[in-house]
Amino acid sequence: MTALLEISGLDVYYGDFQALFGVELSVRRGQALALVGANGAGKTTLLRTVAGAIGPARGTVRYDGDDITATVPYRRIRRGIALVPEGRRLFPSLTVEENILVGAAAAASDAWPLDRIYQAFPLIARRRKHRGSQLSGGEQQAVAIARAMAAAPSLLLLDEISLGLAPVVVGELYQMLAALRESGATLVIVEQDLRRALAACDEVVCLLEGRVALTAPSSVDREDVIAAYFGNTRGDRA
Amino acid sequence: MTWVNAVLQGLLQGGIYALIACGLSLAFGVMRVVNLAHGDLAVCGAYLAMVISSGLGVPVWYTLPLVLPAAFVFGMVLQVTLLRRALRTGEIATVLVTFGLSIMIENLLQEGATANDRVLNAGAIGVAALHVGGQITLPWLFTAAFLTACAVLSGLQLLLSRTSWGRKVRAIADDIDTARLVGVRVGPVFASVAGIAVATAALAGIFIGAIGNFNPLTGESTLIFAFEAVVIGGLGSLWGTLAGGMALGVTQVVVGELNQAYAVLAVHLLFLLVLAVRPAGLFAGGQQARTAQVTG
Repeated sequence: MTALLEISGLDVYYGDFQALFGVELSVRRGQALALVGANGAGKTTLLRTVAGAIGPARGTVRYDGDDITATVPYRRIRRGIALVPEGRRLFPSLTVEENILVGAAAAASDAWPLDRIYQAFPLIARRRKHRGSQLSGGEQQAVAIARAMAAAPSLLLLDEISLGLAPVVVGELYQMLAALRESGATLVIVEQDLRRALAACDEVVCLLEGRVALTAPSSVDREDVIAAYFGNTRGDRA
Repeated sequence: MTWVNAVLQGLLQGGIYALIACGLSLAFGVMRVVNLAHGDLAVCGAYLAMVISSGLGVPVWYTLPLVLPAAFVFGMVLQVTLLRRALRTGEIATVLVTFGLSIMIENLLQEGATANDRVLNAGAIGVAALHVGGQITLPWLFTAAFLTACAVLSGLQLLLSRTSWGRKVRAIADDIDTARLVGVRVGPVFASVAGIAVATAALAGIFIGAIGNFNPLTGESTLIFAFEAVVIGGLGSLWGTLAGGMALGVTQVVVGELNQAYAVLAVHLLFLLVLAVRPAGLFAGGQQARTAQVTG
């Protein structure tokens, strides 16, 4: 089966600072891929490059067989790539429902109308008239995911959705993701919690200082991932 | 009774200030463009209306179906050709570009239409007044300007709160980067906002030109009043802008009743006072506090 997302030789800079070095990544249709790594390893940069927020200096991003390296964000969303940004980034002066409707502005299809979204996210259905600022952190994160789902994505990019949330809330969010996967979505999940990332995904990619340090199935020994995470070869650690 | 009359006239006068200021407020709130040519664009509207109305020999109100769409299109073209490039460089660049535009417009108008004072042909409404009881007299022109301002602000408010376009505008005003990332096409929204800003400016310019004299430099003083209305009302709040305009109008007319020489000075002093005491504006409060809570 061909890859839905194929990244090769990706170099990304912020001014003079190089954030990604020759990153290679491939995501098959229907797969869930965990992207792990220390703070500053380049995980968010990689997701934002796929979403079109940052243009790479070198390398290509191919999606569904086409080169989309220079495609503007809204066209990527039309083709089915949606991002749940780090820190939720809800529009504070819009209600929950308006936030979701803005997410539907460039939807790839009408597969996710409002009523389906409220079915999939019962957590926020009764909060639809509230502003984002009146919601709990977990509810805000659910709205951010719902806003991305409203675009009916084939590829959903999730950046640190469990940051700052209670474990039980994170559990609920991951149950939603499992349901989304069953409906056929392909996921790339940036996650700090290694155990949760490995449990929710079937492949793991570890970034270290802007380079891919490890690509492995999620059945990999956790010690190997931790070694890649900190840049040690296995056995180095005291 | 003189004072009641003065306060009422001041409130009506505030409607015109709000009408000129709402486009300024919208352009800044959504695009972060401080448009220093806004007043001059209003005056351009008045000149265009004058040319058409004297050419056809009709009162200036009949030119609105031509002037307003032309102003809307001009605003969009201005955005797509000039302001968009400036915005790529930064917010300060838009100040420089619109300052240059302001100077160009003023000089072109002087070149083409001389520096003479003009007044628009307002027709019968221009000299009619509404008499309430024996002593309160409200000129129809001011009343019409005030009602027009209320209608325009209500219409804008409805568009912003009820339509898909309005949702996108508010999303961009909240967080333009995230709006782009979730699929909002910023370009068309910016162009339409610029179109509305220039069209409302032209409408205000026509009222200004029908009520009093105007010349190629009228835009400068108009701009200052518009800025003060926006700041007093609180940035980004349309009804605040109307209230700000009314505060300016009442101050101007009431102080003018005491001593005409101090009317404009009093307006500027009110502006300074608000800046010193409540720099966020008199009517901003709640919204900004909530925004800060979410983003902070």
